[in-house]
Amino acid sequence: MNLWVVLGGNSIAFGGLLFLLSAGFALIFGLMRIPNLTHGSLFMMGAYFGVSLIGWGLGFWPAALLAALGVGAFGGLVERLLLRRLPGAELAQVLVTLGLSFMIADACLLGWGGDPLAIAAPSELHGSIRIAGFAFPLYRIVVIVVAVLIAAALWILIDRTRLGAMIRAGVDDPDIARVVGIRVSLLFTIVFSLGAGLAGFAGVIGGPILSVYPGLDQDMLPLALVVVILGGSGSLVGSFVGSFVVGFLYNFGQALFPELAYVVLFLPMLVVLVVRPQGLFGRAAP
Amino acid sequence: MTTTRPTRRMLLKGAAAATAAASLPAPAIADAPPIKIGLLTVKTGPLAQGGIQMEQGTDLFFKHVGNKLAGRPAELVIADTGGNPAGTKTKAQELIERDRVDMIFGPLAAFELLAISDYVARQKCPILSLAAAEDMTQRKPNPYFIRSSATSAQAMRPLADYARKELKYSTVITVANDFAFGYEEIGGFQRVFEDEGGRVKAKLWPPLVTPDYTPFLAQMSGVDAIVSGLGGSNPVKFMLQYKDQNIGLPLLGGGVAMDDGLLKSFGDEAIGVISSAAYTVDLDTPSNRRYVEDSIRDYGGVPGSYAAGLYCNGMVAEAALQKTGGKTDDKEALIEAMRAVSLADSPRGPFHFDHFGNVVGDIFIRRCEKKDGKLVNTTIKTYHDVSQFWTYDEKWFLAQPVYSRDYPPLKS
Repeated sequence: MNLWVVLGGNSIAFGGLLFLLSAGFALIFGLMRIPNLTHGSLFMMGAYFGVSLIGWGLGFWPAALLAALGVGAFGGLVERLLLRRLPGAELAQVLVTLGLSFMIADACLLGWGGDPLAIAAPSELHGSIRIAGFAFPLYRIVVIVVAVLIAAALWILIDRTRLGAMIRAGVDDPDIARVVGIRVSLLFTIVFSLGAGLAGFAGVIGGPILSVYPGLDQDMLPLALVVVILGGSGSLVGSFVGSFVVGFLYNFGQALFPELAYVVLFLPMLVVLVVRPQGLFGRAAP
Repeated sequence: MTTTRPTRRMLLKGAAAATAAASLPAPAIADAPPIKIGLLTVKTGPLAQGGIQMEQGTDLFFKHVGNKLAGRPAELVIADTGGNPAGTKTKAQELIERDRVDMIFGPLAAFELLAISDYVARQKCPILSLAAAEDMTQRKPNPYFIRSSATSAQAMRPLADYARKELKYSTVITVANDFAFGYEEIGGFQRVFEDEGGRVKAKLWPPLVTPDYTPFLAQMSGVDAIVSGLGGSNPVKFMLQYKDQNIGLPLLGGGVAMDDGLLKSFGDEAIGVISSAAYTVDLDTPSNRRYVEDSIRDYGGVPGSYAAGLYCNGMVAEAALQKTGGKTDDKEALIEAMRAVSLADSPRGPFHFDHFGNVVGDIFIRRCEKKDGKLVNTTIKTYHDVSQFWTYDEKWFLAQPVYSRDYPPLKS
């Protein structure tokens, strides 16, 4: 009984972390149709930025925000200087972002060395709280709360604000959007920066759970892919639900069928792709 | 092929010879061609942490001997395998056929070593590696292979003995990554722990890539202690989550799980963890004090077991070459001299080799403590002259299958 409750709780917490990881990927892939394979690298970059910023005496949350800004700015540059030149060329985009991810990995190795680094959670979030008789790590609860807040903020931004409406218009029909005076090119840079920044933010938030080490990028990218494909590209609700589905699959799969952990994780993705290619919540392809 | 050489190398060689001639009263030695050592290491990707350490250990050894082995100038050729078997094969071929190295140090990982083991044996090139695969010096020995570090299980058996006899634990759950190194570490622990009357209740095998250890942590209860055979960057992640989940059970670790070089990455959650290793920074011998001090001075941190392993490889090469009079042409004589090396003082203490070329040396049981605000492993017991066969009869030992995921099996 205990095991099930602990696994259930952890599934939700891990789902929260996965949403923070994949929200940015969902934005970039879903809205801009760019299969951004640097996403894991941006996550790792944010985590490394966080380590340095905290090392320089900054608090955890300011470090997370600054790291997000830094990675967001980097993402903006990547979009302006590289991806801008390859509109709609998906193969080229895949190759460019994959190559870039290797370069980022080596740059991080050069800058931060090969030793794994730990990010300490803010001291007031150490320890655990008891919910219905079960001890639960406090920091993981905070991760869930942050994930829900970010999800709400993104939903409001995309669905309820003028900027969101412009983004949606730019995605649906860039030519008409330009005709009515929307600066589509600027919008795309903003979306890409926002997605990259979210990845960087997630890197710092994930630090106290995952630590930072060379190879973190390649560990996280497949998880972001699974979440977004399962949930449906272009749908924030999809990645939100997808994150928690994957969180549960991952936790229960690892515990019950450790030999088949990756089958348990990826098989549902394959089934969804075959039966419902647009994902659980995705819009059908036009 | 033999006469054409890259210009840069010629210049380097000339420079080395010139400095040697300037500093040495006997110029005849400087005329001898340099002894060449090829280092197969990993400088990129997830294995780079260990690979960088290997380079530092070798580098420091070369500094300490003034770039000379047995009086002959020595040259180090460093090759980055990229941490994959194909890259290792290519680089080993380059080292042997193009650079004509006299021996190879490295590689780091067992899967790299297995990719080149047959090839280097055919080429009769002595290879001094850290790769811990048991069978390299047991059921499928390579006559040109020497291991001065330890097999996967060599340090785990004393740990099991200590857990059983001194800590009086009778039940444990083990956790190690789901690949050969993990199986062998845990297999060795289980064999000794159960032969001495203990019980391994469950063996958990998280994949090498495991972002979240909580599904495994959730299964850890109802035993005296947890034994970790995790490696690479996984111990740091594991310890963070171990603390988060309030497991509260004592933790025992293998050498790589609590490597001295990794301690700076841990937080206070590591205090109290007991581990066993073939190298420990706090060993108080003249050569280790000098080695640790110079490592801190040159590389800004205490050395881990990978760095120390390569430094010891250097000492083995030096001692063997002293015996052959600096000659490397006769490879059989060279490898024989290497395997006959017995050192009384090295950073890892006294050691010699068995007839498979595997080290027989001290294993240290350490407890992690905080001293002056820093985590350190403090030795609490030393097992002397530990062989890869522990106290078992060699014939009987080799008749058993190699440790695997399900061997030895759990007792129900």
